[in-house]
Amino acid sequence: MESWRKNPRLFWLFAVPPSFWLLLFFLVPLALVWVLSFGEKVGLVDVVITWQPDNYMRALDPLYLQIFAKSFWFAGLTTAVCLVIGFAVAIAITFAPARRRPLLLMLVMLPFWTNLLIRTYALIAVFRSRGFVNAGLENLWQWANGLLALIGLGELQLLGTEFEPLQLLYNNFAVVAGLVYVHLPFMVLPLYAALDRMDRSYIEASLDLGAGQIRTFGSVVIPLAMPGIVSGVIITFVPALGSFLTPDLLGGTDSQMIANVIERQFKSANDWPFGAALSFILMYITFFAIALRALWVGKRRRGLAA
Amino acid sequence: MIGARKHRVMGPLDYGRRMWVRLSLWATLIFLYAPIVILVAFSFNDSRRNIVWRGFTFKYYEKAWNNDALIEAFTNSLTIALISTVVSVILGMMTAVLLWRFRFPGKAPFEGTVSLPIIVPEICMGVAMMTFFADIGWPRDLPWPLNLGAITIAHISFSFPFVAMVVRARLTHFNPELEEAARDLGASQWQSFRDVLVPYMRPGLLAGGLLAFTLSLDDFVITFFTSGPETVTFPVKVYSMIRFSVTPEVNAASTALIMITIVLTAIALRLQNRT
Amino acid sequence: MSASSPIISINMISKTFPGGVQALDKVSLEVSEGEFFALLGPSGCGKTTLLRILAGFETPSEGEIFIDGADMGHVPPNHRPVNMVFQSYAVFPHMTVAENVAYGLKVTRTERQQIPGMVEEALELVRLEGLGNRMPDRLSGGQRQRVALARALVKKPRVLLLDEPLSALDAKLRETMQLELVRLQNTVGITFVIVTHDQNEALSVADRIAVIDQGRLLQVAGPAELYEYPKSRFVADFIGKMNLFEGTNVGCENGVLSVLVNGLGRLEIPVTEATHADVGLAVRPEKMLLLDEHPGDAYLAFPATVDKLSYQGSETRVFLANEKDVSFEVSVRNASRDSAADPFKGRMWVAWKHADTLILSD
Repeated sequence: MESWRKNPRLFWLFAVPPSFWLLLFFLVPLALVWVLSFGEKVGLVDVVITWQPDNYMRALDPLYLQIFAKSFWFAGLTTAVCLVIGFAVAIAITFAPARRRPLLLMLVMLPFWTNLLIRTYALIAVFRSRGFVNAGLENLWQWANGLLALIGLGELQLLGTEFEPLQLLYNNFAVVAGLVYVHLPFMVLPLYAALDRMDRSYIEASLDLGAGQIRTFGSVVIPLAMPGIVSGVIITFVPALGSFLTPDLLGGTDSQMIANVIERQFKSANDWPFGAALSFILMYITFFAIALRALWVGKRRRGLAA
Repeated sequence: MIGARKHRVMGPLDYGRRMWVRLSLWATLIFLYAPIVILVAFSFNDSRRNIVWRGFTFKYYEKAWNNDALIEAFTNSLTIALISTVVSVILGMMTAVLLWRFRFPGKAPFEGTVSLPIIVPEICMGVAMMTFFADIGWPRDLPWPLNLGAITIAHISFSFPFVAMVVRARLTHFNPELEEAARDLGASQWQSFRDVLVPYMRPGLLAGGLLAFTLSLDDFVITFFTSGPETVTFPVKVYSMIRFSVTPEVNAASTALIMITIVLTAIALRLQNRT
Repeated sequence: MSASSPIISINMISKTFPGGVQALDKVSLEVSEGEFFALLGPSGCGKTTLLRILAGFETPSEGEIFIDGADMGHVPPNHRPVNMVFQSYAVFPHMTVAENVAYGLKVTRTERQQIPGMVEEALELVRLEGLGNRMPDRLSGGQRQRVALARALVKKPRVLLLDEPLSALDAKLRETMQLELVRLQNTVGITFVIVTHDQNEALSVADRIAVIDQGRLLQVAGPAELYEYPKSRFVADFIGKMNLFEGTNVGCENGVLSVLVNGLGRLEIPVTEATHADVGLAVRPEKMLLLDEHPGDAYLAFPATVDKLSYQGSETRVFLANEKDVSFEVSVRNASRDSAADPFKGRMWVAWKHADTLILSD
């Protein structure tokens, strides 16, 4: 690496365009929203900047706190489910034959390259009350009913008089299922990277020293995969928390997340200052989560160095 | 002679052959792919209620093709993605080379700011762009393709940091003696950049470009906030169609987009393997 | 231009890196046209920095450099009449062998029709004919090295700079390449400046060697002179093995220096120049003899007991010590099979000629 002074012409040539772009089309917009978050709506379209934290105070209203809590709950649950499934999948890929590993990895990552909206739409088709899951369940119901009739219990109507489709869409279940569906690849990748890096002889050493498989998993595999786990948790949790499309399309009236409230302020409710304050709260939470990870990494480094 | 045993003894580290591991892998793959496969399959189903198979048809593709609004949205999306990719690759490459090559005051804050668009939640970026273009009074009634300007700018802002990240990762393995060798053999600074550094970065530029293209084509949230009522991209159009009803036409259009993504990825992989 | 005129003239060059590390401290030296010149020193001594200053990749903090009579002060690397073979070879991975060799010609606008012929010629010179269409990843380390050489030589530079060119090769190949470098240099007649930390390499290839330590130039001399007449303890110790006895100067009269060495007593050595400082006496292990009896006045001889033997094939290293714990290392050539089997043991005389004693004051 060389000092910029050694080659100032080249330096400015490469520094100016991206800095200019970042400033004008990213930092300025963010700054505008920040200023807006200290504003007050007067009339239908006008906003005055009062520099009062009223909008932030309003976010503490139980109505909104509940939505924040719900968002955390959804994102947390999504992360937990992704972690469990992701770990199993990462182990399956890591210990698959070497020539099959790239294919498996690609299969897990490919949905990531497919349009988010299309994937969400695909889920709707599966979860609808007249969709595939329910059609499958109905078949199962008829088959079971037939079986019951065959053994002479048909008259008792043990399974109800007719099949009642499960309500799989427009509720909290649908939102979490959708979030898991969308974010699973984010979790698998760092976990796989961590497991792949891990020297197999650690596991062998643990087994050799007399620990069982479960003990080995708990006291060797998990601690060594910790950096991957932490990365996976953060890069799953952060985007899940800010999700808009999934709760919007799959959720019911009571499964709205922060992003949906923000959208409403900017579109139908037309209260931009409050929406701006909510976006900045969401951003602060995001930064906090990332800072936590950085802190953890730093602490770990110092610990290793000591 | 002892008969060859067909059954292989499972080693303690043969996790890949354990039942629960295999089962969870297959269940996950089915979970990931079943919805997409069903979506694609039923774009060919000759029925409006897309639950029962009623025979093969191309009629929804025909319908989608004749849906002017959908085609316009599709054209818009591709145009935006193309311009956004070109600009993002250039800006991303500049950022990557800058961070890789130079020490300069304010480098750490610059680095942090560049990664910010990757971190910031989409919704926040969306409302920021909406506020920005409203505040500066960005004209809404420009002729095509200038009316796509606001969306394209927003897409570049969140795409180029990704390109920078990918290219920079590749640059960390660059042997600086290669550039010195070019200079030593008489190449000017520009020639050594063009002849040595750019060819070295090419796989990264390609991967970054593909990422930028996909991100742009994929984006709904930020576009949703940035687009005016007159400019509609494919995801925004599909969104309004889904809100309205689920039709095989949407399946057809979605299948087309999935195919485009798969073909592009395949091309990129092919190109990458060649270099 | 006469053969002895300097092609490189380095004048009081200093280099301090940001952060305060001083890599070079007032180094001055001249390299003659057609010479094979080596910069030798331990890693981190500043020799590579000096080479990179010659190539134009580093700018000196002080001092000036002339190449072929021209001040190189503000000349960028691409306009200098020198070319370099890099430590990693830096063969462009995305170009074929021929494209690599042609690159330097293309960027400096050599006439297009001439390029293929020149490339062919350069590849023949380094014995890579027929491999022009290979990609570098299909070449061995030695072959890549030859590509780097051809690529630099095809430019017909006034000076060829080589940065540790053989360090990445295995021992056997390294020896072959040393001979190859000498052959090449004789063929093309270009001045070679090689940087190396390997004293054997420097001794076997170079006409003259500059020894550098901690940024300072210690001695410039031909291989034999450097080995037989090192001027300082560092050079004596760095090049080859050396028995060093520190002594106190007790007087210098009539061309005889009297030195008191702890454990050996008072030694009298004929000298050409008077010195009054304390000195170190140094003797090469192969200059020492192991004898059963004192050999007489022409020799300095001390009784010692054999401590340890280290058989090394062509020679045996014998480690001895006297009762005052002064240790000697003597190397005995295994001239015949009998002598190799001959065990040295017990008390023996360690002896050497007066004239083989080096007097080191630095």
